[in-house]
Amino acid sequence: MAPVEERIETSRRLSDEAKFTTCYMCACRCGIKVHLKDGRIRYIEGNRDHPVNRGVLCAKGSAGLMTHYSPARLTAPLLRVGPRGAGAFKEIGWDEAMAIAAGWLGSIRASDPKRLAFFTGRDQSQALTGWWAAQFGTPNYAAHGGFCSVNMAAAGLYTIGGSFWEFGEPDWENTRYFMMFGVAEDHDSNPIKIGLGKLKGRGAKFVSVNPVRTGYSAIADEWLGIRPGSDGLFVLSLIHELLKADKIDLPFLARYTNAPWLVVRNPGGADDGLIARDFAGRPLCWDRTHDAAVDATSADAAPMMVGEFTLANGQRAVPVFQLMAERYLDGRYAPEAVEREVGVAAPVIRRIAAELAHAAFEEQIVLQQPWTDWAGRRHETITGRPVAMHAMRGISAHSNGFQSCRAIHLLQMLLGSIDCPGGFRYEPPFPRPIPPPVKPLGESQPDRSLGGPILGFPTGPADLLVEADGMPKRLDKAYSWEAPLAAHGLMHMVIHNAWKGDPYTIDTLFLYMANMGWNSAMNPGETLRKLTDRAADGEGYRIPHFIYADAYFSETVAYADLVLPDTTYLERYDCISLLDRPISDANGAADAIRQPVVKPDRNVRPFQDVLIDLGTRLKLPGFVEADGSAKFPGLYADYMVNHQRGPGLGLLAGWRGKDGDKSGIGEPNPKQLDKYIANGCFWRHELAPNQRYLRHANKDYLDWAATMGFVAQPDQIVLQVYCEPLQKFRLAAAGHGALQPPERDRERIARYFDPLPFWYRPFEQDPADGEEFPLHAVTQRPMAMYHSWGSQNAWLRQIHTGNRLFMNRRKAEAQGLVDDDWVWIESRQGRVKAQIKLMEGVNEDTVWTWNAVGKRAGAWNLDPSAPEARQGFLLNHVIAELLPAQPDGYRYANCDPITGQAAWYDLRVRLIKAEASEKPETSPRFPPLGRPSGLPSPARILRYGAAFRGRREGGS
Amino acid sequence: MHPAGSVIWFTTLSGAGYGLLFLLGLLAGTPLLPDSRWFAFATLALGLGLVTAGLVSSTLHLGHPERAWRAFSQWRSSWLSREGVLSVAGYFPAGVFGIAWVFFSHRLAWAGWLMAAFAPATVYSTAMIYASLKPVPRWYNPWVAPNYLLLALMTGSLLLRALVALFGLSPGALRMLSTAAILVAAGAKLAYWWHIGRAAPAATAESATGLGALGRVRLLEAPHTEENYLLKEMGYRIARKHATRLRGIAFLFAFVLPLLLTATAPLLSPALAAFAAVLAAASAMLGVLVERWLFFAEAKHSVILYYGASAV
Amino acid sequence: MTSLPPPGTRKLGLVIDLDICVGCHACAVNCKEWNSGGQMAPLTDLDPYGAHPHGVWFNRVHSFEAGEGGEGRTVHFPRSCLHCEQPACVEVCPTGASYKRAEDGIVLVNEDLCIGCKLCSWACPYGAREFDEDVGVMKKCTLCIDKIYNETLDERDRVPACVATCPVSARHFGDLGDPGSSVSRLVAERGGYELMPEMGYKPVNRYLPPRPRKDSAGCTGAPAALPTPTAGAEANPLLRWIDRMLSR
Ligand SMILES: Nc1nc2c(c(=O)[nH]1)N[C@H]1C(S)=C(S)[C@@H](COP(=O)(O)OP(=O)(O)OC[C@H]3O[C@@H](n4cnc5c(=O)[nH]c(N)nc54)[C@H](O)[C@@H]3O)O[C@H]1N2
Ligand SMILES: Nc1nc2c(c(=O)[nH]1)N[C@H]1C(S)=C(S)[C@@H](COP(=O)(O)OP(=O)(O)OC[C@H]3O[C@@H](n4cnc5c(=O)[nH]c(N)nc54)[C@H](O)[C@@H]3O)O[C@H]1N2
Ligand code: SF4
Ligand code: SF4
Ligand code: SF4
Ligand code: SF4
Ligand code: SF4
Ligand SMILES: [Mo]
Repeated sequence: MAPVEERIETSRRLSDEAKFTTCYMCACRCGIKVHLKDGRIRYIEGNRDHPVNRGVLCAKGSAGLMTHYSPARLTAPLLRVGPRGAGAFKEIGWDEAMAIAAGWLGSIRASDPKRLAFFTGRDQSQALTGWWAAQFGTPNYAAHGGFCSVNMAAAGLYTIGGSFWEFGEPDWENTRYFMMFGVAEDHDSNPIKIGLGKLKGRGAKFVSVNPVRTGYSAIADEWLGIRPGSDGLFVLSLIHELLKADKIDLPFLARYTNAPWLVVRNPGGADDGLIARDFAGRPLCWDRTHDAAVDATSADAAPMMVGEFTLANGQRAVPVFQLMAERYLDGRYAPEAVEREVGVAAPVIRRIAAELAHAAFEEQIVLQQPWTDWAGRRHETITGRPVAMHAMRGISAHSNGFQSCRAIHLLQMLLGSIDCPGGFRYEPPFPRPIPPPVKPLGESQPDRSLGGPILGFPTGPADLLVEADGMPKRLDKAYSWEAPLAAHGLMHMVIHNAWKGDPYTIDTLFLYMANMGWNSAMNPGETLRKLTDRAADGEGYRIPHFIYADAYFSETVAYADLVLPDTTYLERYDCISLLDRPISDANGAADAIRQPVVKPDRNVRPFQDVLIDLGTRLKLPGFVEADGSAKFPGLYADYMVNHQRGPGLGLLAGWRGKDGDKSGIGEPNPKQLDKYIANGCFWRHELAPNQRYLRHANKDYLDWAATMGFVAQPDQIVLQVYCEPLQKFRLAAAGHGALQPPERDRERIARYFDPLPFWYRPFEQDPADGEEFPLHAVTQRPMAMYHSWGSQNAWLRQIHTGNRLFMNRRKAEAQGLVDDDWVWIESRQGRVKAQIKLMEGVNEDTVWTWNAVGKRAGAWNLDPSAPEARQGFLLNHVIAELLPAQPDGYRYANCDPITGQAAWYDLRVRLIKAEASEKPETSPRFPPLGRPSGLPSPARILRYGAAFRGRREGGS
Repeated sequence: MHPAGSVIWFTTLSGAGYGLLFLLGLLAGTPLLPDSRWFAFATLALGLGLVTAGLVSSTLHLGHPERAWRAFSQWRSSWLSREGVLSVAGYFPAGVFGIAWVFFSHRLAWAGWLMAAFAPATVYSTAMIYASLKPVPRWYNPWVAPNYLLLALMTGSLLLRALVALFGLSPGALRMLSTAAILVAAGAKLAYWWHIGRAAPAATAESATGLGALGRVRLLEAPHTEENYLLKEMGYRIARKHATRLRGIAFLFAFVLPLLLTATAPLLSPALAAFAAVLAAASAMLGVLVERWLFFAEAKHSVILYYGASAV
Repeated sequence: MTSLPPPGTRKLGLVIDLDICVGCHACAVNCKEWNSGGQMAPLTDLDPYGAHPHGVWFNRVHSFEAGEGGEGRTVHFPRSCLHCEQPACVEVCPTGASYKRAEDGIVLVNEDLCIGCKLCSWACPYGAREFDEDVGVMKKCTLCIDKIYNETLDERDRVPACVATCPVSARHFGDLGDPGSSVSRLVAERGGYELMPEMGYKPVNRYLPPRPRKDSAGCTGAPAALPTPTAGAEANPLLRWIDRMLSR
């Protein structure tokens, strides 16, 4: 037979039309190009020109069309008809839905606006939602930061004026030594991957500090399988080594940090530990040439770093540097002293310290790039210390995360590797003044707006949101003595506190895009009980009203009274604003939009439109004109363009001004969205080469930042080795000042508000518990799943239909456990059953699993027999939202005492092998949720794409 | 490998059928076989029936049975294609031979020999489908083809003996032939089992991943949590205990019982002997079915090295 | 034609860098996405929302551990067709549906000829063939033949979907038959290897091994530990900093 090769149509047209928009399969917000064929989505690919992803797309992003066409999409507004949680709803029209919502909210606003608790999850619309809540007048608002990493965000903002997250990045191009602490995936997921590929290609060293060796840690040049919760101690030990050997960048510390600032030494006094200041409030340092205290911010100072000095007013003071050095030179930070606790051998700690010093000082980079410092002095070169660090929830999900993260920032400062070539680099609008000059607001009054942003950065007790008796003003107790620097609220306490009526009861719980009845609940079983608990009268519920805006049939939907169905991310406008969580990179400021690329085929509305519509119906200030008519008749698209936060300052920074020729500040431009769309739905301003480094002290950058509204004045931002605001809280706890913590909180504040980083064992890791619950239990983000919502995606779910509990092989064998055994994971909170998998690359005392794979049967329109509900499990069932009782019976939230960050990873457990007679499935399981009306019965066979292929010749 | 019913039936039935046709073609005209058109008819019907049933059953597992004809095209490289071609081509001599004998009482020796030649060739092709698959070391070895051929000969001879007995004959030579076939086939089977029990692994998780230099390779996570086609088709696992028991059963039914029933035939009345011959054939068929099931179930495909197996 | 074409000079294939693959599954899902509407469409999924979801994937990402304990490595391992030079998956095919292209070595299935006998999947040592139970034919990685030669696409987009999307750039595409090509040079530099060479299929795709760890003294040029300070400094280390002239 003659060789016949098939005739292949190699140049088939991909699409009829391609539209750019922004991915929202996760919060990384990559640029995408959506190809449409016959009105259906044929292919989604990365936008090559986009600053975030430069053309690549992760697994989730590539599966976007399966989420878009998910059978779990809600189809119409739903009004609950049965009891909460039963899932019985009736479909209603939008008019009715809006009237109901406006009815509930209207009466709250007229009587007591704080009785509305409005919390939003994974959204990127905080510029709108936060403003809406403020206009409504409730302080009870926050977005998901309290789940993720608020202690790290705060630690960064109170220390270096920027932070990890996606607000800063390693200098991927130049770093020689990269240390990553506790990162499985992170928000910046594609940029990190792109960066790691580059970095390893260049032969730089990548160290991953992580109890688990998967994902990024798998490709690290060195993996340090640290014991969870001990990073702070490890880092302080590195600092010990560096100080001991004098391998620190003293000039950097003198020039850019508050290391030379003088701290008052007056034990027991009301000023003890405060920064010594002059009459104008300027910090002082001791000038070597004048042998006198001088303004520490002056460019001419020649500061002394060591010594005890007497100031003009008689105060005794020592430089921050000395306090710091004294502390960490102490033998308790020596590698030998810490190795047991951290699980990293002393010689390794020593070697890492030596390698850091080597990279920073022996491999320093000198860029031939002139720049001008804050004082206007021109420099011909920029010195880089090519050591970069990045950290995420391995640090933050512990109750010591704020201080551990400060320890990392301290290490960076000692090495002089903040915003220098090869170091950690800010992404605009960072750096910002330390801390950002915004104070939280909490005074709610009937029919009144709050008059400004709700969330902010306290600098002392006076900024707390507490009543005269110390009671929290916010439902979640953020900014109370319990969590003074809770810059993103305490999301995980909202439902508990609302149910308990502690500090007060509420009327309406309004959630948006947060599955808080399931995977973002600590102890979900109990959370569901709280949502369904009846009021004393037996009629209503203890939480009287619950409105939920979700796009899909998540577990939480079944518990709402009113469900407002959102569109998918491909059906709406969205705004990724510099006022929110921007998509900037180290070399440029950027923002982006989402545009509708397909029309909804269901009775759904973009939530932002709904929110603006609600604001208009409620006649909230800012939403209506003087005559009561809608200010944004074009809803969100209108708001994105025309809303002004301040003169000329709006949600989008690009193409402002009537002619679209302004960036940052400028009048609204009616053609702005068209400009964005024509540019691939993003805007980016690239910084000039002289504006790219040392931006906390770079005049050209700071001048520009001031024109953009990122900073008020182009002043140097002095990095804070010593965190004075913490000391102010401490002094209050010691009995100084008008505002003092209630008795119960005093000791806690005094202990944890240390102005210099220190390490303490996470709360749940009391050594007493060590024997009873010998194992640490943590979760990791699967790269191919986004929290709960990946499981509705026909492609992604195949990758993780269930999750195992991974554990160290030797540990397991010692306990007689083998692969696939079912075990009970028991904590002080309860127990959950899971199947185990043995592995090599995990800290001996740690077990872990993939996060949020376990599903409630029936949720997400999956078959109730889906493995997600049988083999999949949530570790959350054994995480308690409250810590064990204090002597007076009070139970603190399970969180970082400084910021209220949820301490997901403090968990301690033991494993008990399940009996052979037990069912091989997870437990607890909850009754299956019924399918709400309007949802289709899902396909048994999915032949997506068959239609695109069309007819081919041949065939049998 | 997944022991798919269709293939097990196919290879067992068609093997026996070809064994039978082979012997018929060779022995026709000798005094060992009854010189009866009815005998010819019955034997050919059984032989061709088995072969046809086997072929039909083999198409059952096809995704597109209606396109099965396409399988004749690639005889130059593909044993499956060759098998298809030979099996169909084999109908011609069988047909000519049968028609001549059954309808015209004329035994065409050349047609018989041709039929006899096609039979082992076809069985050999079948065997070679498996024996040429390198990824399945328990198939890719010199013991597979002899096993297929000898088991076909054995089941064929037992069927033939049963038919001959039903027609009232009981030639000792035939008995000797069956006995010999059983003994040799049993030996070959034992040799096969011995071989697969001791053969060094053909591939390992280390060679499959190329990561051996780093140490022992273990699967941490499979790409997908549920079973996929590859695992269903090629990831079949059988516990060693279970396999040993089944080997015993296969050996008992395929060889031991038929041997006993054959060897004791002279001691029995003709009627009982005929019954014993039928029983021997049935037992052997059953035994070979189990053996064939094991042939698949015990075979390991190298793809499982990517799914947690350490060696194949 | 099931017999192999005479060995060609162009051998298109992939080079996968196990040193940097983070196991993110992007390549697998993007492959699924591209091919779901492509040459072999659809890549059917059975029971997609039920108890046993499983579908056709041309690329699957495994995770292995090699070696014991902390010394060992975790290696993520994408697996797709290797476009072998001696592909028995082609030779065993009874219909000619399975074939290797002479001009570039790509191994394909002509679905219109395929009878779904599955033999080719048995013949592939690497598990690179995927039977679509719904359509009844064998499917497999096409090396994105409808993308790499697609003249309606921008020149830069004419690379396989899995390569274009890999965030860490662990996947490379090119002509492994040309010793001067970038992929061939990469293989030469990094010691790229074949999977299961003992099978004799001569895979075209190559895997780059994980680079040696850098976790021993001296690996970055740094000493094993920092020098301990001199005796004087030991007494009061703070004194070392007292005379340092610093400016702002
Ligand atoms: N694919 C995907 N991407 C996501 C998300 C998702 O769900 N899926 N979620 C997004 C969200 S909301 C967030 S907050 C980010 C979170 O991003 P990550 O911080 O990357 O998320 P985690 O999975 O919590 O990773 C925590 C890592 O810390 C390790 N770890 C645990 N305890 C310790 C410790 O004490 N010390 C150290 N050094 N390591 C420790 C764990 O093993 C794990 O690898 O990811 C975002 N990106
Ligand atoms: N054990 C454990 N628990 C954890 C964590 C952990 O690491 N371990 N991580 C914690 C962290 S950091 C976080 S951030 C939380 C996250 O937890 P959640 O904030 O609850 O996040 P998701 O599960 O993603 O839920 C988001 C909800 O938004 C809905 N949604 C998706 N797209 C849209 C849309 O376009 N519009 C609307 N209106 N809704 C949409 C989804 O259907 C889903 O119901 O989990 C926390 N919980
Ligand atoms: S990382 Fe993935 S899911 Fe997240 S935005 Fe980017 S492409 Fe989309
Ligand atoms: S996309 Fe790249 S990094 Fe991710 S699994 Fe595939 S090859 Fe590995
Ligand atoms: S990898 Fe398998 S399917 Fe691909 S050419 Fe080689 S043998 Fe054939
Ligand atoms: S399944 Fe199709 S491609 Fe594979 S061998 Fe059979 S006919 Fe050929
Ligand atoms: S080359 Fe194309 S078909 Fe092959 S694995 Fe990559 S994306 Fe899939
Ligand atoms: Mo988060």
